[in-house]
Amino acid sequence: MTDASSTTTRPRLKVLAAMSGGVDSAVAAARAAEAGHDVTGVHLALSKNPKSFRTGARGCCTIEDSHDARRAADVIGIPFYVWDLAERFREDVVEDFFAEYAAGRTPNPCLRCNEKIKFAALLDKALALGFDAVCTGHYAQVIVRADGGRELHRAADMAKDQSYVLGVLDDRQLAHAMFPLGDTATTKEQIREEAAERGLFVAKKPDSHDICFIADGDTQGFLAQRLGTAEGDIVDESGDKVGTHSGAYGFTIGQRKGLKIGTPAPDGKPRYVLDISPVDNTVTVGPAESLDVTALTAVTPRWCGTAPQGPGTYTAQLRAHGSETPVAAEVVDGELRVEFAEPVRGVAPGQAIVLYDGTRVVGSATIAATTRRGVLDQGMSAPTAS
Amino acid sequence: MLPEAVRELTGKLGVVGNASALHSAGRQARRVVEEARERLAGAFGARPSEVVFTGGGTESDNLAVKGLYWARRDAEPRRVRVIASPVEHHAVLDAVHWLAEHEGARVDWLPVDAYGRVHPEAFAEAIAHDPGDVALATVMWANNEIGTVMPLAELAAVAAEYEVPLHTDAVQAAGQIEVDFAAAGPAALTLSAHKIGGPYGIGALLLGRDRSPVPLLHGGGQERDVRSGTLDVPGIAAFAVAAELAVARREEFAREVGKLRDGLIAAVRAAVPDAVLGGDPVDRLPANAHFSFPGCEGDSLLLLLDAAGIQCSTGSACTAGVAQPSHVVLATGADPELARGTLRFSLGHTSTQADVDALAAAIGPAVERARAAGLS
Repeated sequence: MTDASSTTTRPRLKVLAAMSGGVDSAVAAARAAEAGHDVTGVHLALSKNPKSFRTGARGCCTIEDSHDARRAADVIGIPFYVWDLAERFREDVVEDFFAEYAAGRTPNPCLRCNEKIKFAALLDKALALGFDAVCTGHYAQVIVRADGGRELHRAADMAKDQSYVLGVLDDRQLAHAMFPLGDTATTKEQIREEAAERGLFVAKKPDSHDICFIADGDTQGFLAQRLGTAEGDIVDESGDKVGTHSGAYGFTIGQRKGLKIGTPAPDGKPRYVLDISPVDNTVTVGPAESLDVTALTAVTPRWCGTAPQGPGTYTAQLRAHGSETPVAAEVVDGELRVEFAEPVRGVAPGQAIVLYDGTRVVGSATIAATTRRGVLDQGMSAPTAS
Repeated sequence: MLPEAVRELTGKLGVVGNASALHSAGRQARRVVEEARERLAGAFGARPSEVVFTGGGTESDNLAVKGLYWARRDAEPRRVRVIASPVEHHAVLDAVHWLAEHEGARVDWLPVDAYGRVHPEAFAEAIAHDPGDVALATVMWANNEIGTVMPLAELAAVAAEYEVPLHTDAVQAAGQIEVDFAAAGPAALTLSAHKIGGPYGIGALLLGRDRSPVPLLHGGGQERDVRSGTLDVPGIAAFAVAAELAVARREEFAREVGKLRDGLIAAVRAAVPDAVLGGDPVDRLPANAHFSFPGCEGDSLLLLLDAAGIQCSTGSACTAGVAQPSHVVLATGADPELARGTLRFSLGHTSTQADVDALAAAIGPAVERARAAGLS
């Protein structure tokens, strides 16, 4: 298969550009076309009953977004299609989202979408139809080594870097991924200017922040609608009841707001969610120090290249917009064991940990259990293999 | 658009009078409109007084279906039954659905055979069930997707026997097969200018003089008080030119394009032996070929053929642009899986043997590839 790593120095490729209707994917498609590739635009219909117009800060999934994408493709001068991947999206992303929350974990649906939809369902169909690569507006870089292997790196502009949500991509997926926005140190403002210069009217379209399939941005309401309400106890670390909640799934480890605990802690300090136990529908709260995580175990690792052998030191990122933290990591019995140089807070099972070697993405895994102050957490059910 | 129609349109853009006005510019404009009305009527076997100019095929369909329904129901409240074919264009189909949802209409969907054809016996049976409650019937003259031609004169005879007004959408039939309003005998007939080489945004409803549908648009009372609005004089003039040419050239066009189309069908069948021809193999529009390709997603084929320089269509798309299984193909009893892999090839005045050869070369590999990509 032809090399899909760069938009500038490689032969003309048949490229399928995923176009959400937003500015990033429009400029990415335009750059790929300008680089001489044979680009076709595709908008993914991910909802069976899309709303007519955008509301709030969502990035896709409305008819208006579909029209925006089509309009951009017309300006770029590339063919454009809408593919219905709503059923796959529902199965692999939305249902997974519910199941993870129901199990007391905190999923990242964007990452799951990249893994299962954009670089699986979409990529597979693209390859079958004769395309060489899928192009997206992600800010990340694919670098080809001298030996022909591929590496995923952080975007040149660290502030916009999205390599975290691409950390799930394996070698084969990377071989057919094209990220035209990742290799230049462009700020979002410059991308908007470039879009305006190219005549793309999405130049001024607001950024998307929220989860695309939650129309009003109310994650708790969305979860409650599906998972129902189930009143349970909020307890402190000694097991004493300090409040009630209407569903354990509504909480994320490290969460402080919205606990609605009537009585303050004896020391008067704020309390945070420490544990979520869906089995007995209990949420445990406690002081910030108790959130300090010194180590974790993560499952179903995926490697950008070969799996590292033996122990090594890396930096790790634990959230989409989180900072880096130094770690020692090793694969033991197929699981990733990670020790933090300094304790970190707000680590939730279900989230992805992405390991970096400098700017290079080494791989990612799903956090299954954390160790706090030398004690392995109890009560964590293992995440479902994905 | 035909060059002659472009010339007429641009030439008449300088005629600025309002055809309803009494001043001299108005009289000049009205003369243009009335001559166009006469020419259009002549081309389609109607009287000039039976021509109602509209803003296009969709408006004509809506005016006929809703307007006749309202008029008949208002005259006799029992008349709330609409008899319709299930293979209609959305302009009719959705108007009928709207009447059912908002105006108390009961809809009888006529049975169609595997070619999508309504049989006169089935039509008669549907009416005879209770002729006294029928508001109107609507059956297209020829199907836009699968090309099947309906036995319109026979259907109109059945309707006349029971004194039921029959509307027919002849947008696809005009210019391809003989369309004669008086000879066929429906109560109302929809035409669209751009489908026969005229401008966009102009159409007509041929309407028997004894029919007074309730208007969709109220206003100045133009067009027999049935369709108000200042007339698009240049558009109407160009429509008439296009209509005369389309009718004058129809037989030759049908012969030439039919030959190409038959070659296309043979070539597709040779390249893809299990391709299923949609519509009547013989009694179909000369420019239409329609196939279902088992195991293929229609939009995959569309993408692959477009990349090979061949433009064709799937059934239809939803508002977001997702290709949908065609209601026409489903109505013929086709397997829903098969309905996902349908393509329509429409030929025109500019089609050549080279176009057919290009499709013959491209369709085999495209189907193979689309099958590999599967039904997602």
